[in-house]
Amino acid sequence: MLDVLIVFLPLLGAFIAGFLGRAIGDRGAQLVTSGGLVISALLSIVVFADVALGGNARTTELVTWIDSGAFELSWALRVDTLTAVMFCVVTIVSAIVHVYSIGYMAEDKSIPRFMAYLSLFTFFMLMLVSADNFVQMFFGWEGVGLASYLLIGFWYDRPSANAAAMKAFLVNRVGDVGFALGVAGAFVLFGAVQFDLVFGMVEGRMDVVVNIFGIEANALTAICLLLFVGAMGKSAQLGLHTWLPDAMEGPTPVSALIHAATMVTAGVFMLCRLSPMFEFAPVALQVVTYVGAATAFFAATAGLTQNDIKRVIAYSTCSQLGYMFFAIGVSAYSAAMFHLMTHAFFKALLFLGAGSVIHAMHDEQDMRRMGGLYRKIPITYGLMWIGSLALVGFGIPGFIGFAGFYSKDIVLEAAYAAQSAAGDFAFWMGIIAALMTAFYSFRLLFMTFHGEPADRRALEHAHESPPVMIWPLYILAAGAVLAGIAFYGSFVGSGRESFWGDSIFVLNDVIEAAHHVPFWVKAAPMIVTLIGIALAWLFYIKSPALPATVAERLRPLYLFSYNKWYFDELYDRLFVRPAFFIGKGLWKTGDGAIIDGLGPDGVANVTRNLAQRAVRLQSGYLYHYAFAMMIGVVLLITWYMFRTMG
Amino acid sequence: MSTWPLLSLVTFLPLVGAFFILTARGDEETVATSARYVALWTSLITFLLSLFIWFGFERGTAEFQFVERVEWIPSLNIAYHMGVDGISMPFVLLSTLLVPLCVLASWDSVKTRVKEYMIAFLVLETFMVGMFCALDFVAFYIFFEGVLIPMFLIIGVWGGVRRVYAAFKFFLYTLAGSVLMLLAMLTLYFITGTTDIPTLIYEAEIPRNVQLWLWLAFFAAFAVKVPMWPVHTWLPDAHVEAPTAGSVILAGVLLKMGAYGFLRFSVPMLPEASAYFTPLVFTLSVVAIIYTSLVALVQNDMKKLIAYSSVAHMGYVTAGIFTATQQGVEGAIFQMLSHGVVSAALFLCVGVVYDRLHTREIDAYGGLASNMPRYALVFMVFMLASVGLPGTSGFVGEFLVIMGSFQISTWLGLLVASGMVLGAAYMLLLYRRVIFGVITRENVRRMLDLGWREKTVFAPLILLALIFGIYPMPVLDVMSASVENLINNYQLALGEQPAPNLLAQLLPQSWGGAL
Repeated sequence: MLDVLIVFLPLLGAFIAGFLGRAIGDRGAQLVTSGGLVISALLSIVVFADVALGGNARTTELVTWIDSGAFELSWALRVDTLTAVMFCVVTIVSAIVHVYSIGYMAEDKSIPRFMAYLSLFTFFMLMLVSADNFVQMFFGWEGVGLASYLLIGFWYDRPSANAAAMKAFLVNRVGDVGFALGVAGAFVLFGAVQFDLVFGMVEGRMDVVVNIFGIEANALTAICLLLFVGAMGKSAQLGLHTWLPDAMEGPTPVSALIHAATMVTAGVFMLCRLSPMFEFAPVALQVVTYVGAATAFFAATAGLTQNDIKRVIAYSTCSQLGYMFFAIGVSAYSAAMFHLMTHAFFKALLFLGAGSVIHAMHDEQDMRRMGGLYRKIPITYGLMWIGSLALVGFGIPGFIGFAGFYSKDIVLEAAYAAQSAAGDFAFWMGIIAALMTAFYSFRLLFMTFHGEPADRRALEHAHESPPVMIWPLYILAAGAVLAGIAFYGSFVGSGRESFWGDSIFVLNDVIEAAHHVPFWVKAAPMIVTLIGIALAWLFYIKSPALPATVAERLRPLYLFSYNKWYFDELYDRLFVRPAFFIGKGLWKTGDGAIIDGLGPDGVANVTRNLAQRAVRLQSGYLYHYAFAMMIGVVLLITWYMFRTMG
Repeated sequence: MSTWPLLSLVTFLPLVGAFFILTARGDEETVATSARYVALWTSLITFLLSLFIWFGFERGTAEFQFVERVEWIPSLNIAYHMGVDGISMPFVLLSTLLVPLCVLASWDSVKTRVKEYMIAFLVLETFMVGMFCALDFVAFYIFFEGVLIPMFLIIGVWGGVRRVYAAFKFFLYTLAGSVLMLLAMLTLYFITGTTDIPTLIYEAEIPRNVQLWLWLAFFAAFAVKVPMWPVHTWLPDAHVEAPTAGSVILAGVLLKMGAYGFLRFSVPMLPEASAYFTPLVFTLSVVAIIYTSLVALVQNDMKKLIAYSSVAHMGYVTAGIFTATQQGVEGAIFQMLSHGVVSAALFLCVGVVYDRLHTREIDAYGGLASNMPRYALVFMVFMLASVGLPGTSGFVGEFLVIMGSFQISTWLGLLVASGMVLGAAYMLLLYRRVIFGVITRENVRRMLDLGWREKTVFAPLILLALIFGIYPMPVLDVMSASVENLINNYQLALGEQPAPNLLAQLLPQSWGGAL
């Protein structure tokens, strides 16, 4: 019952705010949606205690959804530890973002619509994480995509926002094709789409070889890879990441909730949920490792040179998701979930902090026009420090640290402990990315808050955000500081087996090995982080002229990073423009000249000529009809006579 | 109730209404008003009557129900034979639902020859419903062809500027097809000596080489109606020139006649030929999905864009039917029903703005979200249903078809699924260009949001699009027994054992497969 309330309260809130927005007013819409989410969050904590700590995993069936032959499934809420963790992450961050939005969006003209979208998103996300079958997961999956589309394009009078919204939807759809085909494949292989049924059969069918797309391949591996394509789309992994930076066109609270803490982690969640399948598909896991590691590296390089404060954080999100994926790739699912949880806190904090900066600067997002802000908005400044320290994983190895310190280290240690080529690749990519993470995080801090103010007048008008925006940040800050130390034991420490129960399945417990890696492995992330921070200090505090010089010297590299490896340009040339070009060609030439020209128009011309020449007796179309029918009958009778006689 | 000839009542009641309209006397305005009211009430009562079919229909059996049989021409063994099964029954409901909505949607927008217009729609309804109920192919042929006449008139008389060209093209295409179908039907009759559809389905044994020719002849007729690529070019023109309500019926019901023909004739009566030609159908379907989606992407005319999207969506249907899997066929039928609701609604959406600004140019609009928020919401729902977002009716059909296709061939699955991306591309682009952005034109700024009559028309369609997405079971329940029966017979005829469960049938040789 509690599960049902948690999931459907946000939907109720969305409906009330969306349809009765005019009746209840802005304030009413804010109260209803935020209130619903706060209750949902409190209930989630209760459920978390019951399910994760008490071990009461359960599934609530609501109603049959689709029943077509063997393809049968229900709407159901499956709540185990994995889901309970996601419930807490999603509802808590969502509740915080709801409250924060009251302040951030105060001057917007469509507040009820915004609040309704936020709550609707939360509903879809909760449906996604509580699905007990592939199709309901797909429902949530596409639902959050829709909410993301609506929220990115929330300011629909901005062309750039509309373009970004479309791009997000379409790139995600590419991934979703993979997801859909993966589900189809699972259905063919297992004859079912419910997780329990499928998981029970995996081991028996792990060796089935099939012909897929003309290649003889292991069926399970193929299915896992198809599903992973879906995860890549939603979680912005290399190749399908292009929508995430553009998604920053949406209001900042949206970026915090959807494009940092929750929706983009759906791919990570999905792979953890499907651990009983992926564990038996080692090749698929290797691919996940490589893609994750490559993304962690790529996004970090792109983050180095961006000037839009939100885009820096967006690339950082992309990069951190890469960490989560390679953790999964080496079977450290619990480490991935741990990083997902801590990341939700500190990344939401960073985004909302950035929102506070943007708010203070009157909608300015370019860091080059900021600087020296720390005196004007000291609370935001402090909170951003906390968020950044958590992100770079600051701490003293073997002793204590911020949330990201615990989770990022266990991820890297697991990669090292995997003792495989993929694991090593991931480990080193992760170390290099950690260096860059430290650099761009402190570059952001220094450019925004320190140095000479670029615009004195803007600085004069800068003001600290109202309490309704600041108080939610305190909760996130507490999470960013404490979530690591508080949950280390149960997520990845000695209590992990009883904590996760059956919700995560592993063949080889890499986490255990991760606890026994050499000391230099544990110390390496911290060392490179300190180097990164020092570099940032050198570049942006000590000698501010240095960045320009370096950019000049290494111009090709700088441009490559600044233009995000030219992915957008490539896709534009490869897909977007050809689609329109071919479409036009098919329309004018295919339909117009060839089909119509040879078909109806041609025939019409011929018949018109014939008719004019041969017959002037009748006019009108009925005649054509009768004439053709008569020819037909004649032909038929002739043919029939030949048949019977011959 | 069961003794009533319910199907005949539903079929011919609209004709009675048309007769009343015909007898109306008085000055033009009075006649127009009474024509509107008579048409509305007649179609509403017809719809209510058809609900008895829905509720009285026994689920879980593939038998034809509500059967009526009267000898018609005994010497030739031709009868007036009506009945519905799980495949045809939902389409009867779809037809009876859409007609009253069409009457409402034309209430103000049609100003000339209202009397004839309403008569045309009621006659059209009789033909449509009759076509889905007919179990004797003489009656079937009459209804099937009869539909053309009022539709031809609706486009030709109340259409746009190029209406004559469009009507002519429409007629030429469908005519070419139906002549061949007539031949095929006569041949069937000469071979088997019966025109009774159930007898032909269950008892007729037709030699394989004859099947191939008959199949092609039927295919010519049905492919044009669907329409399948490359015989689809009449559809964009017909839609563009047709009045709104004409487009609604065209997209909502008429396009389903071809696919229904495949399900009623080609697959059950000519199974060997169907199996033989399956790769052809798959190829044409995939081409339709990809080709017309790309063409839709570059359209500047709203109606043309939606017309092309219809061709793409019907590509799913034809692919699904010929997978001959439970999921594929059910998905295809569901997709037809969903498309009947959604594309009809999309044409109504175009009608709403067309009534206000009298242009279908996409670029003439933009920014409607700010002055027509309700319209934006309605359009959004149907746009999403069209792209097959889960939770809308479009998803269920599309997803089931993908499931069915993937079982037959992974390539087919992939190519069909590519429509998910392309379909989203053109619909989102359309929505963005019409609804989002800033209003730049004064006449657009003055446009008013939905009126109460428009809301009344959209309400049932929105409900259906959402309910059938969230809880499609009522519809799937109705069709499942008939579809199962269809597939089993098909497999039997091909000399395969009907698979007791899917797994045994599918592992693992079925991957790869056809294409």
